[in-house]
Amino acid sequence: MASSADMTHEEHSWGGASRPLGARYGKLMMWFFLLSDALTFSGFLTAYGLMRFKFESTWPIAENVFTHFPGLEGDQPLLYVALMTFILIMSSVTMVLAVNAGEKMQRSKVTTWMLLTIIGGLIFVGSQAWEWYHFIMGDTGAVENTHTEIMHVYNAEGERLSFSQVVHGMEHGHASNHGDKFTKEEVLHALKGNSELYLKEPGKAGVTYDHATSVQILEEGNVVQGANMHRNEYGRKQFANFFFFITGFHGFHVFSGVVINFVIFYNVLLGTYERRGHYRMVEKVGLYWHFVDLVWVFVFTFFYLV
Amino acid sequence: MADHKGTWWIWKIFWILLAITAVEVVLGIIKPEFMLAQLFGTSILNYVFIILTLVKAAYIVQIFMHVKFEKKALKFALYAPMLILIPYLTFILLTEGSYLFK
Repeated sequence: MASSADMTHEEHSWGGASRPLGARYGKLMMWFFLLSDALTFSGFLTAYGLMRFKFESTWPIAENVFTHFPGLEGDQPLLYVALMTFILIMSSVTMVLAVNAGEKMQRSKVTTWMLLTIIGGLIFVGSQAWEWYHFIMGDTGAVENTHTEIMHVYNAEGERLSFSQVVHGMEHGHASNHGDKFTKEEVLHALKGNSELYLKEPGKAGVTYDHATSVQILEEGNVVQGANMHRNEYGRKQFANFFFFITGFHGFHVFSGVVINFVIFYNVLLGTYERRGHYRMVEKVGLYWHFVDLVWVFVFTFFYLV
Repeated sequence: MADHKGTWWIWKIFWILLAITAVEVVLGIIKPEFMLAQLFGTSILNYVFIILTLVKAAYIVQIFMHVKFEKKALKFALYAPMLILIPYLTFILLTEGSYLFK
């Protein structure tokens, strides 16, 4: 039998009076959720790394894929993603400011910073939608051979041509197809008619084919414009699959983050936390929001930079 | 956050994160020739990117997510699973995945 002193101590501990981690229940649970989420994302990113390592020689180079900036013509590699990264970091900063103001019970400051955080999140989700739209619509178009390998059309100067330029010529065609669809026959006819054109695989060590072989490849193969889960004009099928899954899963996190932030913002407006006497809910969603930013830091590096 | 006065420390981290991102983007665009040398399977540039990313991640987790100011037990509970499981996952995928090349 334990002495009465031990019993008291035991009841005391099991009752939750002892707080070895020094954090409240809600915050701990948010942290453990984030740990599991972090493992999910690392699973995605390491799987991406594995596939990329396997197809290293012909893996599309991200800066040749994401080259457009809304409202600007021509190649702007990395700029738009860099802006998106900046927006997300900025909204993380406004989130810390909201949490900080919450600890000092400054309701109006919490309101302002939460609102700015939500706006930052919405701009980010919107940018991602824009990027998905362009990724799915496609840019230059590509030729797919019978082994489902992707190749792009180049001219004698080594410039990569869009189908629009191949079919309509350099003067009349656009550098991007802008949603115009071209049939295999149109592209094949133009390819046969211009002996300067040839096909080349994407990536660091993509193979170049001479004109005659290129014509034969297209005769047996097909044209691909845009991207879906089965084929895409940028390169390996896995490239688009990982793009959709990783940025999509992250985008879903941002979206749900915006929704949760909005709920908390609404409660700040109603004065719920003022009545409760603390703004710990803001701190909890803050953790989630920083995590979303943290994941993007890794996605930005491994998908766009490396 | 009783140990912090004002908000200058938040903006300090903001400028650090912004500067690191700017360096990454500039390196990503110009890709300096000397950094493209290969080292253990990838370029020096990629190592630079990964190190800068880990520095950014550390600032976000330590300061923004407040882990730096938590109790030691909580720090351990959060960092230990990550520091063990993620390298383990990477190791398993890279070694077991090598059969893909055979």
